[in-house]
Order: sequence, then structure tokens, then C-alpha cells
Amino acid sequence: MKKILRHRMFWPVIALLALIVLNTIARPSFISITVQNGQLYGALIDILRNSAPLMLVSLGMMIVIATRGIDLSVGAIMAVSGAVALTIIADSPSPDDLGTVLVAILVGVLVSLLLGIWNGFLVAVVGVQPIIATLVLMLAGRGVALLITGGFITTINSAPYKFMAQGYVIGLPFAFFVSIAAIVIVALIERRTALGVLTEAVGINPEASRLAGVRARGIIWGAYAASGVLAGFAGILYTSNIMAADANAAGLYIELYAILAVVLGGTSLAGGKFTVAGTVVGVFTIETLRSTILFLGVPSAVAPLFLAIVVVIVVLVQSQRLRGAVAKLAQALRPKKPEVAR
Amino acid sequence: MTSVPVTTEKAPTGVVRRFLSRRASWVPVFAAVVLLVVIFAAAQAYFGNILTPRVISALLLDNAYLFILAVGMTFVILTGGIDLSVGAVMAFTGMFGASLMRDGMPSAAVVPIMLLLGAAFGLAIGVLVQYFDVQPFIASLAAMFAARGLAFMVSLDSIKVEDGAILWLQSTRLQAGVGSWYITPTGIIALLVVLVGALVLAFTRFGRTIYAIGGSEQSARLMGLPVVRTKLLAYVVSGVCAGLAGVVFTAYTGASYPLNGIGTELDTIAAVVIGGTLLTGGSGYVVGSMIGVFVYGTIKTVISFLGADQSWTRISIGALLLMFVVVQRVIVARSNRR
Amino acid sequence: MAADTEARPIAQMRGITIEFPGVKALDGVDLTLRGGEVHTLMGENGAGKSTLIKALTGVYPIDAGTIVVEGTPRTFRGTSDAQAAGISTVYQEVNLCTNLSVGENVMLGHEVRGPFGIDWKSTHREAERHLEGLGVRIDTRSLLAAHSIAVQQLVAISRAMVTDSRVLVLDEPTSSLDRGEVDQLFGVIRGLRDRGVAILFVTHFLDQVYEISDRLTVLRNGALVGEYPVAELPRAELIAKMIGRELDEFAAISRSADREIDRGGDPVIRATGIGRRGVLEPADVEVYDGEVVGIAGLLGSGRTELVRLLYGADRADAGRVEVRGRPARITNPRHAIDRRIAFSSEDRRAEGIVGDLTVAENIVLGIQAKRGALRKLRKAEQDAIVEEYIQALGVRPANPNALIRNLSGGNQQKVLLARWLATAPQLIILDEPTRGIDVGAKADIQRKVAELSEQGLGVVFISSELEEVVRIAQRIVVMRDRRKIGELTSHDTDVDDLVAFIAEEHDTQESPESVA
Repeated sequence: MKKILRHRMFWPVIALLALIVLNTIARPSFISITVQNGQLYGALIDILRNSAPLMLVSLGMMIVIATRGIDLSVGAIMAVSGAVALTIIADSPSPDDLGTVLVAILVGVLVSLLLGIWNGFLVAVVGVQPIIATLVLMLAGRGVALLITGGFITTINSAPYKFMAQGYVIGLPFAFFVSIAAIVIVALIERRTALGVLTEAVGINPEASRLAGVRARGIIWGAYAASGVLAGFAGILYTSNIMAADANAAGLYIELYAILAVVLGGTSLAGGKFTVAGTVVGVFTIETLRSTILFLGVPSAVAPLFLAIVVVIVVLVQSQRLRGAVAKLAQALRPKKPEVAR
Repeated sequence: MTSVPVTTEKAPTGVVRRFLSRRASWVPVFAAVVLLVVIFAAAQAYFGNILTPRVISALLLDNAYLFILAVGMTFVILTGGIDLSVGAVMAFTGMFGASLMRDGMPSAAVVPIMLLLGAAFGLAIGVLVQYFDVQPFIASLAAMFAARGLAFMVSLDSIKVEDGAILWLQSTRLQAGVGSWYITPTGIIALLVVLVGALVLAFTRFGRTIYAIGGSEQSARLMGLPVVRTKLLAYVVSGVCAGLAGVVFTAYTGASYPLNGIGTELDTIAAVVIGGTLLTGGSGYVVGSMIGVFVYGTIKTVISFLGADQSWTRISIGALLLMFVVVQRVIVARSNRR
Repeated sequence: MAADTEARPIAQMRGITIEFPGVKALDGVDLTLRGGEVHTLMGENGAGKSTLIKALTGVYPIDAGTIVVEGTPRTFRGTSDAQAAGISTVYQEVNLCTNLSVGENVMLGHEVRGPFGIDWKSTHREAERHLEGLGVRIDTRSLLAAHSIAVQQLVAISRAMVTDSRVLVLDEPTSSLDRGEVDQLFGVIRGLRDRGVAILFVTHFLDQVYEISDRLTVLRNGALVGEYPVAELPRAELIAKMIGRELDEFAAISRSADREIDRGGDPVIRATGIGRRGVLEPADVEVYDGEVVGIAGLLGSGRTELVRLLYGADRADAGRVEVRGRPARITNPRHAIDRRIAFSSEDRRAEGIVGDLTVAENIVLGIQAKRGALRKLRKAEQDAIVEEYIQALGVRPANPNALIRNLSGGNQQKVLLARWLATAPQLIILDEPTRGIDVGAKADIQRKVAELSEQGLGVVFISSELEEVVRIAQRIVVMRDRRKIGELTSHDTDVDDLVAFIAEEHDTQESPESVA
């Protein structure tokens, strides 16, 4: 029992379950799933579908955070990749052609990869602090996206493009499969290879890792590149959902939601140990919370307030000092003392 | 053996070297000044009508709120922290103040309430950072979310302000002559905040402790300086500045809108960094931040003169930020090698 | 020179006990500091010296015991409480703010204030006065960062004098100073002592203890061994009290070192004229198969710098390196690792362990890094390697899933050794592998090094403890002032010879001798 309680996934999962239970009590329809035309519908299905962009971005963010970094530019990269893809489709004579759509997606993601590589270059090679290095692109990226769309909101009609966010495969939203694919690929790459543990080593102690022969620079660089690519796909999904490239609104605040999802999932912002499963739970928690807030009839603009409350609760729960105080009160655990430095 | 040996290290000779040995941290500020001059010179050469009293006076007027935010942000960044909440707190205090005034409360009562609200946000961030070891980034992020949500809770639409005193802050133009230099009370407030900020940092123990914490928090603690109190206070200063910016911005627009100041925290941080403050803390000046805001405002003006899309402002600021950060990085790397 | 033994006690610590989770760092320790006396705190690394100092200066709260300063019982809740009581500290890693001016560092928190805030002119004048009291004349408006560690240390002492401290704690102040700087520091200390300040001095350098102090307190394993007037405690006895047991177990290691090394073929590594401007003057080093090459010299003599260049941790700007007779360009650690060279840094915490990873993950990190991220070790292989090294080196606890940061220093060191041995190196560079670890682990590690070299591994071994170097190495490279000053073979050398050699041609008469 104690082991379960102290497992890093315990609190994230409890938080998600609590939200689902509360929602179900408030509106029993929450967990009901109906079938229409062989497609599943319901609040939970919506959560699975709507969470896809955040899922992709959060997975990338998790890898970057594990290296002791942070990527503020993901929202801007989403805007750029969406703008690129939609501009290609809008300018093409055959927007419904699958080939056109694939080229558009490919180019959008490649541009995102380049932006990610740029971030990685600043952090890993030039040695700029991650917050600032990615702040540069966060500031400039949306401007670039606006320039690509010529300052307008580009809208398109393209059935294959629309399918990505709005289509269904074997009764489930296609976007959900994109999420699953991203989760599986990230988990395989990080955990089936040694990349995950090497990334953690770099995040925990960069200098020791370098001296142990870990190619820290490459790992950090790769993390930002991966974050860029994932944000690029997220941008495609986002534009596919609204079939428009809105450089200002695309991915707005998503960097913050993603950071929150990662932290909720039990990965410390100080870098090091990370869990893919935790991040997945974190993303679903946030998406469920959003759905709850919407259901409560709170204007979506006020939603940040609730997120703020959640953030504060989460960081307080993670806080050593508070834990120490609680533990002292309960006399269950020894209070933490400063590290023995002799 | 009992005679005390003497170490004498002479001050370096030569004006430049002596200056560098004492005031190396001013170098980035001068870089920003040079940058500002270059932008002005280039714009003047291109347009011919940038360097007019009207345009320059408007710079101060249009960016008064940003000067105030930048001063508060400088305090926080000097301790090695960051405050992402300033734009949202500015919006919320503006909304709250506007709604109180709409309900008939006199501005003399509303303004202090707005400042106190700002202070409360700053205090909350400070407590999270100091007592619960929350990273400043996250703590101020939570405050940003909260303030933004609260701003919308006050009203989803903009609230017009009809209070005479508030509008007076903006509409009064103390003018040297027609078409000449002018300054509004909001501009005066902004300059006063800069002045007070600079004096506090240079001439009070609180100010010096901020620098000491930014240099090495552990050292500051071992030196017996009041680290906890000072850091809390730095966030409160930033919060109060955000509240005051709320007043000034409300006066500037004549109304409060819950979407005000989105992205302003990034503009503020960019201006502070361009003004030569190191994000790692311990080095920088309020005066530099003022220059940074001027650079920001000038670029914005130049881009509107060009008739170009305002997205170029953010792109230029991003590029400048990059340039300055890389230069800072090189400076730090060089001083580490020594 | 010895002070009046009946001098008035200024600070008295009685029965101080401090517990950390799982460790009793101090157990009922007493310490009495008297005015006009230099009192040295002695003990091996891990004896509890730092903890005791931190209790005295308010960094750690005490779990039991009393602290009485000038007759008043005190409870320190922070460093400012201790400073208010007149106890100031100068730490080894000078805790000042290098981003501020010299004068400000002296006066921070005690600036002279006028009607308009801080009066900088008077503040700097005050700072100048305090510095001059210690014989330091420097531009108080210059940045602290521009000055040497020695000057920064004096600035820190001046700061203590601003608060009119009755007790001055100096925690290993001399570890990065050269002889001239030490002389100056001692001059300052004597001056303060004569003014009636009680000085608590911590050092590893035995000769400095006998040079400067009047009284000694010896700690061992967190407990008090005793308090002695310096004049009544010869060195040999002091060492015995610090170590607490005879060194029989080291004798076998010593015998292993008396082997003849075959220096016929190409050496594992041969560096010619390797150096870096401002860091190390060009030096030659070579290591043969099965040979242990010791590097002796004081901290800051260039010994760490030399091996970091060999390994590529820092980049050399002069010299050539050959590995097994073939030219090798080693500019980063990967290059060294690819040539089967391993390096364990002296800074275990910052440059060795990856704290939040497990023992197992730390052990396989070296192999895994070498194989690359894509070729992950299979679980079974990993378990086998980890098991083997935990057994071979006697890592305690023998739990591969324990987080390494929860292990003691000695066991962390064993894990790091395992990390490198698992990569099957042909040369291993160990920088202070025995620093700050208990005697048992020390012997384990030395024994392992001797055993490995007998099996043909080339070893470079650095230690501040000259006895250790003499015991374990066949050949000793001697460093001083950032250059190599010579080489000795160990079977016709003992510690005294080595000390003499290091001290040769030195400006002062005192011989810098160093024993843990």
C-alpha cells in the first residue's frame, strides 16, 4: 500500500480519476458513449479527440524538460506549420488530392523540424538558456506565420486534410490514433533504446554525463528537434480541426498547457526522470478539466483561472516543504533535512 | 613574523580599463544605447521625419505602461527570477478598477485598490517561490492564468472608463508649444517609476540585497542578508508595478478590456534583456530597461511608419533579443574563463 | 606564540548532536573557543568538521546540546543570528558576490547611510579602512570577480571584521592559496588573534596546523576525540588520533606496488609537451601497461589540470599525445573513451555521479554511452554486469535499484570505479578517488587499483595524501605551480623525500606537507 502511495504515478492518476468521477456525478451522460453510423460519440470520445494536439506537444515538451530545458516556442511552431501546410493547399489547384495534402503536411513538419533544430542549436551549441532561446522563436514565430498567410486567416476546403482531425477509423476519431502513434513512437524510442536513460542522465547532471562519454550536445539538440516535429504535427491537426490557419490563435498558450501536463504527470521541471505514461495522464487530466469547465457553463475565457488553481495545488503537492510539514504532522515520515554535506 | 604583509593591487590605469574594472556591467546598457541611436539614425535617414518632438513624445506616451512593467520586471530578474504574470495582472487590475469606477466608486479609492491587488499577486508568487520552492516560471505562470481568468470573470467585454481623474492622466498634455515636445501625466508617472526604481536599486540596502541575491543566493544567505524578505518584496514590487501599469493602460485606452496585455510579459522581458539585464540575475539596471523599452517602442514606430505588418515588430524584437542574448552569453563565457 | 591557556572562553559548544536521515553526523561534541587563540579543528573527511562549523554558524539547527556565546546561551535559526552573536565565517569556496564591488562585499548589510540612502563615498571609505587593517590596499570600487581567490578571502575576513566579530571561523581557507598567499593570510590571522579574536581554523595541511594554531580539537566519525594544546601533541600522535587505527591493511597494497614494470614496448599513453596557456605549462607524461603513475602536488599545482587535458575534458593547446605509439587527437572525452581511456573526476558530486539515477544505471552509463543510444544493453546483460561489479567492489548497500545519491561517498566512488571498469579501459585516470571517504572504502579502492594494475591496467592516480601515492604508485610525477617539476620512482622514495622534493627551490622555509 505504501509503495502504491509513493509511486510517482499515484497522484496524477488519482487526480484524473477524481475528475472523471466528479463529472459523472454531475452529469451521468459524461461516461456514456453512443454509437451512430458505426462511430462512437460522447464526452470521453471528444476528450480523446481534442487532446491530440496537446498530446503531441506535451510529449515533445517532456523530452525537452527531461534535459533540463523548456520549449516555449511550440505554440509558435504550430502556427507556422499550420500556416505553411494550409498555404500550400490553398495555392494548389487540387486541394482534395491526397498527394497535395501529403506534400503540405510533409513541408509543414519539415519547417517545424528546422525550427526545432534552430532552438536546439541555440541551446546545445551556443549555450543560451532554454527559456530565452525558445522565447526568441515564441516572439518571432507567430510573426513569421502571419507573414506566410499574408496577415489573413487562410481557409481551405480539402477532404483528406479535414479527415485528420475530424475523420473516424473503426469507430474512433482518427486524431486519437495519431495520439496513440505518437505515444507509442516516443515510448519506443525513449525506452526501447537507451535514449531515455541517457536523456535523464544529461538532465540530472550534464557535466558528469559529458565526462562519462554521453553525447550530451546531440541529445539536447535532438530533444528540441523532436519537440519541433511534434509541434509541427500538432499544428497540422489544429488547422485540420478548424480548416483555417489563424496565426494568432493557433496553439495559443499551448506551451503552458503542455508544461503543466508534463509537470502534472510527475516529471520535475528541474529535469531528469520522466515518464511517458505520466505525461499522457497529465494531458487527459487537463483535457478533462477543460471539458468540465465548459460543461459548468463557465465562459472558456475564464477557464485559465481554474487551471491556475490546479497548477497551484499540483506544485504545492509536489513541494518538499509542504510534504515535509504534512509528514511531520502525521509523524508518518521523517522530516527532510538539508542534504548531508560534510 | 608578526608584521602584517601588505597586498596592493593598484587600480588599472587608463580611463577605459579603469572603467571596465569597476563598471563592466554597464557595457550592455551602452550597447543598447548604441543600438537605439543606430535605429534612430537609420530611421531618420530613411523617413526624414522620425526625430521630431511629436514622435518622440509619443514614444513615451504609447509605452508608459511598458516602462512601468519593465521596472518591476527588472527587480525580479535581478534576483534571478522571472515574472510572467505582469501582462495578465495589468489586465485584471484594469478590469477590476474599471468595474468599480463604473459602479460609482471614486478613482481616489480605486487606484489604491488596484495597486494592492497587484501587490497581492506579487506576494502570492513570492510566497510560492520562497516558501514552497516552486520555480518562479511556474509560480508566475499560475498567477498569469489566475489573473487572466479573473479579468474575464469581471466582464467578458470591455468596460468604458468615464472617471475624469483617470482620463485626465492621459488627456492632459503639458506642452512646450504647438507641435512641440509634450508629456502626459502617465508619461510623468512612468519616468518617476523609473527614477524611483533606479534610486532604490542603487541607494538602499533592499536594492543592494537584490543584486547580492542575483549574484549568489547562497552567499547572500551566508552573509546574513534578509534573502527571504527581499525576494518576496521584489515580486511585490513587480506586482505593484503591474497594478500601476493597469491604471496607466486604462487611462491610455479609456477603457479596460480583458484581453489587454496578452504577450506583454514577453515584450517586457525582451525589453529588460535588450536593456542589458542578465537573466541569470545580479547584473543590470533600471535605466537599461528604460532604454530597452525605447528600443521596443522605436521599432514599433518604425514599422508603422513603413506601413508594414505589425508582426514585424515581434520578429524584430525576437531577432534583437537573440542578438543580445548571444552577446551576453559570450560575455559570461569570457568572464568565466578568467 | 602559544596563548595563555587560561584565556577567556568566548564561544562554548557542549554536547552538540546533529542527525541527518540515517546518519548521526555529530554525537555529543564539545568545542571551546577562547579569545586571542587560534584553535584548529582536525579530523578526516567525514569526521564532522563541516557539520560542527555549520552548527556554530547557524546553517544547521542542532538536535541536542548548547551553544553559549560570551556567557549567553544562544539558539541560531539562521546565519544572521550567528552573525548577530558575533560569529563570522569565511568558507573555502569564498561566499561573496563576485558581481558586486570589493567595497560592497565588505560592507553589504552594513553600508553607511545618509539622508538619501546609502552614502557610497563613506561606505567605500569604511571598506578601505577595514581592508587596510588587514594590510590590503585595493580599489574598493573594482569588481570582486577581478581579484584572485586569495584577495577574495581577505575581503571575506574584512567583512567579518565589519561586524566586529568575536569569533572568526576559517573553513579550509588555504586550500587554493600559494605559499606566499598563505603567509599573508597567516599574518592577518595573527593580527586578529592579537586583537583578542577567537579563531577557529580548519585545514588539511598538517604543517599549517603546527605553524599557526595554539590548540587542537580532534573529531573522528562525528565524535569528539579530544582537545589538546598543540605543543603537547606531536604529529604522529595527532595522525593516530585522527585515523584511530593502525594502517596494517595498507601494507599489502604497498608490497604490490614494488613490482618491476616492463617499459620495453610502446606505453599506453605518451603525452609530450601537453599544456594549456594559463592552466598548465607543457609537461610530458607516459604510462605503461600495468603501471600505476602517481601524481603528487598540492591542490592547484596543476595535477587535476594535467589529467583533464589527457582525457580531453579540457582542450590542450600544446603538445602531442600518442596512444600505444600511434598519434591521437584527444579534444573531448569521447575521443579518450574511444581509445579506452577512462577518467574519474575529483568532484564526485558535480562531475561523477548522476544522483537521481540508480546504482545500476550509473554503473552501465559508461558502457551505454560508449555503445550509443540505439544499442541498448539487454536487461540480462545489464544485470550481470551490475551484479559482478557490486560484488567485486563491495558496494553497500548491494541494491542495484537504490538511488546513488543516497549512498555514502565511498560507495559512490566504488560505483564510479565500476562504471569505468565495465568499459574495459586500458588506462584509467583516478583524480582523488579516495577523497572524503571512510578508511574502509579507501582501503578497498586502493586494493582494487593495485589488483587491476597487476592484471595489466595502466593507472594514473592522484591523491592529496602523499602516503597513498607513495604506497600505490611505481612512479610519481611531481607537480608544482602548474608545472611538472620532476619524476620519482617510488621504491626508493618515502613521504619525506617526496615532501622535500615538492618543497625544493621553494621561496619559504616551511615545507608544504599534506596528510589527510
